[in-house]
Amino acid sequence: MPRPGFVLEVDRSTPPTLCWHGEGFKLLRLPVGSRILYPPEPLAALKDPDEAIRQALLHPVGDSAPLPELLKAGMRLTIAFDDISLPLPPMERPDNRQRVIEAVLDMAADAGVDDVVLICALALHRRMTSEELRHALGDRIYDAFAPHGLLLQHDAEDPSALVHLGMTDHGEDVEINRRAAESDLLVYVNINLVAMDGGHKSVATGLASYRSLRHHHNVRTMQHSRSFMDQARSELHSSNWRMGRLIAAAGVKIFQIETTLNTDTFPPAFGFLQKREWEWGAKDRASYLAVSKSLDHTPPRMARTIFQSIKSPHKMSSVQAGEVEAVHAVTTDHVYRQQLVDVEGQTDIVVMGLPYICPYNVNSIMNPILVACLGLGYFFNLYRGKPLVRPGGVVILSHPTPWSFNPIHHPSYIDFFEEVLADTTDPVEIEKTYEERFATDDWYRHLYRTSYAYHGVHPFYMWYWCAHALDHVAGVIIVGGDTKAVHRLGFKRASTMRDALEMAEDIVGRDPSITQFHCPPMMIADVH
Amino acid sequence: MPKFAAARVASGWRSGSGARVGPLRLTDVDEPDLPASGWQRVRPRLSGICGSDLASIDGRSSRYFEPLVSFPFIPGHEVVGERDDGTRVVLEPVLRCVTRGIDPPCPACASGQTNRCRNMAFGHLKPGLQTGYCAPTGGGWGATLVAHDSQLHAVPESFTDQAAVMVEPTACALHGALLGPAGGHETAVVIGAGTLGLCTVAAIRRLRPDIDNLVVVAKHPEQRRLATELGSCTIVQPGELARAVRRRTGSLVLDSGQLTGGASLVFDCVGSSQSLASALAVVEPGGTIVLLGMPGEVKVDLTGLWQREVSITGAYAYGTEQLVSPASGQPRRTFDLSFELVADAGLERLVSALYPLNRYREAIEHAADAGRRGATKVAFDLRTSKKFRSKETQA
Repeated sequence: MPRPGFVLEVDRSTPPTLCWHGEGFKLLRLPVGSRILYPPEPLAALKDPDEAIRQALLHPVGDSAPLPELLKAGMRLTIAFDDISLPLPPMERPDNRQRVIEAVLDMAADAGVDDVVLICALALHRRMTSEELRHALGDRIYDAFAPHGLLLQHDAEDPSALVHLGMTDHGEDVEINRRAAESDLLVYVNINLVAMDGGHKSVATGLASYRSLRHHHNVRTMQHSRSFMDQARSELHSSNWRMGRLIAAAGVKIFQIETTLNTDTFPPAFGFLQKREWEWGAKDRASYLAVSKSLDHTPPRMARTIFQSIKSPHKMSSVQAGEVEAVHAVTTDHVYRQQLVDVEGQTDIVVMGLPYICPYNVNSIMNPILVACLGLGYFFNLYRGKPLVRPGGVVILSHPTPWSFNPIHHPSYIDFFEEVLADTTDPVEIEKTYEERFATDDWYRHLYRTSYAYHGVHPFYMWYWCAHALDHVAGVIIVGGDTKAVHRLGFKRASTMRDALEMAEDIVGRDPSITQFHCPPMMIADVH
Repeated sequence: MPKFAAARVASGWRSGSGARVGPLRLTDVDEPDLPASGWQRVRPRLSGICGSDLASIDGRSSRYFEPLVSFPFIPGHEVVGERDDGTRVVLEPVLRCVTRGIDPPCPACASGQTNRCRNMAFGHLKPGLQTGYCAPTGGGWGATLVAHDSQLHAVPESFTDQAAVMVEPTACALHGALLGPAGGHETAVVIGAGTLGLCTVAAIRRLRPDIDNLVVVAKHPEQRRLATELGSCTIVQPGELARAVRRRTGSLVLDSGQLTGGASLVFDCVGSSQSLASALAVVEPGGTIVLLGMPGEVKVDLTGLWQREVSITGAYAYGTEQLVSPASGQPRRTFDLSFELVADAGLERLVSALYPLNRYREAIEHAADAGRRGATKVAFDLRTSKKFRSKETQA
């Protein structure tokens, strides 16, 4: 029986705790009385995931017929699936997407469906490479579809491949992928890593255009989502739900398949990363020493390569299929069951060690904007109820934050960092002054469509994700960050955690309450 | 020649090192004789150290100049000094026809474009394109120089010596800033934010209303601060230039880094292979590069210039200028405009350090490393060092 999440109060006997620091980690000794949030242990994996998938397709939830009944010869079938941003780290083969799509294709074949197209629902993310697609879908699917031009990547900048379905009652444009919208059936295959994913967000975001996305990927929406992990209190989700219902009303038939993962995040060689430190055995301590010592002598680029090559052993913990909202309600329950940790009260200072990866730097560099987004956009928002840190509190992040960008993946990020953040770090001002120019820049469009670049507007969204945290806290300190890069972000830099805590005391007062968010593995702080 | 070679080698290690091993030395020489009527003695008060001086001292000057200078010369052409009657003057150092007793003057001098004079190696003076490169005239880094009446501009009382010593370099920048076709420049670029670059920014922002957006490449923090103060512009680091221009102009980018569009005007205030390559990478097809920085021998791939029909125009010194606005106005002397610009933009702030002549090596090393050390213009202060009234630096 996996143990639930846990809040440890640091005392004199507490061993140092592990804190992620990019492509590496440090051991922290927090003051006595500090709290450390540990995620729940991984839930049991499905014993036979393929059979579970088959059962889910045959016994859908909500107002939906079983998948075989929806499949007819001569129909147009589109299967859309989540892109490279999920899961994190990328999972060992076979990926959930492969298992599910193979099952769907088997049923489609049985029904005689031969007009099938696969679409990677990447929204404004970068296109996946063939190797990445092969990893996610498996060789069999890739080889059957890609050579025939039947494995597509959504292009949010191709007017001929988009269709405008209408406006919501809030005046939001709903424009999505034409092939998906005009198919007789759209099957969406999701991997739910956090409670934010899935539901109507899958199609309404993953297959949408900038014209549509801008209605919920903006500063106002982000500031009014408390948090993204709590759909009932997330304006981001409200907007996606309105759009999703309009898509359904427009006649787009969606069969949603969602899977959840347990939090068995790291392979055995890195097993110490998901154990509680006082339970480290001799092997864990030896692994930690071996890894951390060798990282001390490893050039950053090589360390990045090593970490990016990690494939996670996380396993499918649930699968459900059918009508979008009914499916997602079940999925969310599973995610909460895996990730929620009860926490009593907020804290003055929250300490977050940031790992080497976030949704947007798979096989890439965690540039400073992504560091900010991971810390303030994602980790900060991994709460239900109230933020872990109190209003006016301080967020301390630990990450080297190098002034370094992948020019193939993040060209507009470089410009955003050099031009926009040099001018202002105010999300509202940034949105007003700069967003449109970046979003409509032909060069970024070209790179997004033909290379492997995130859309020109994407760094803006990263910054908007931070908007709620920037509104909420009084200070952000990055321990061990590049001085110039941290300054450009508008944050403070500290050399050591001790220095950072002292700096934070200047903001929140003496003897502050301190909480370390010991993540990953993923968790959601359920703050009462 | 061995000393020039030594200076060149030493400066390869550290710019300004030529002052220690090259032909420059501090020594006593006789006051220069007056070459002819219409000449008078001037005692320098402040005399700036220019990039071209540094190139000479470090042995990096092009051999192109050899027939245009006469040895031994006393450097120093950015000069505010005083006449025998005590009145202050700024020197306009170009030694054109009138200073050489050539009458009638060459067509360039006759038209006011004295910087293009055809007779800089002829007439009754030895060769020398400017005071400071001509043996018989002396130079600003000495106690006394001789100047033709036409070279001297009275300094308004309101001008400090620091402001006055900025008039000559500002005139160079101003002349360059006014080159390049007038009208409709959405984006222009200034590469370099030393004295020349900063004065060019000031000149563009006050005299080029036809330029909307100005992108300035400034490497050092103090340069960035000053550029911001001197004119509305976008400041970028050298490595950021192409991206900044691309964003402003909506260009696409070729694999080589060459922009498909770009800025219509680029002012290169550095003059190195690197700065010229940068200029060529960001100038639009049919655009113009104005080369203000003294280039010397550079290696640049001109294929893009050929294929994109880009123009490069040199910008040497000054003479008379036709203002962009009002376009129909009468030409004005560059120095007159320069006095106005120095006052209007407060360019005396660019004078960062003054040295007595006996610390010339420190001064030159400071000037050579000015940007990194937070300085802009370094000058010699000859006002109080009376004991050096009879001593001069000589190259």
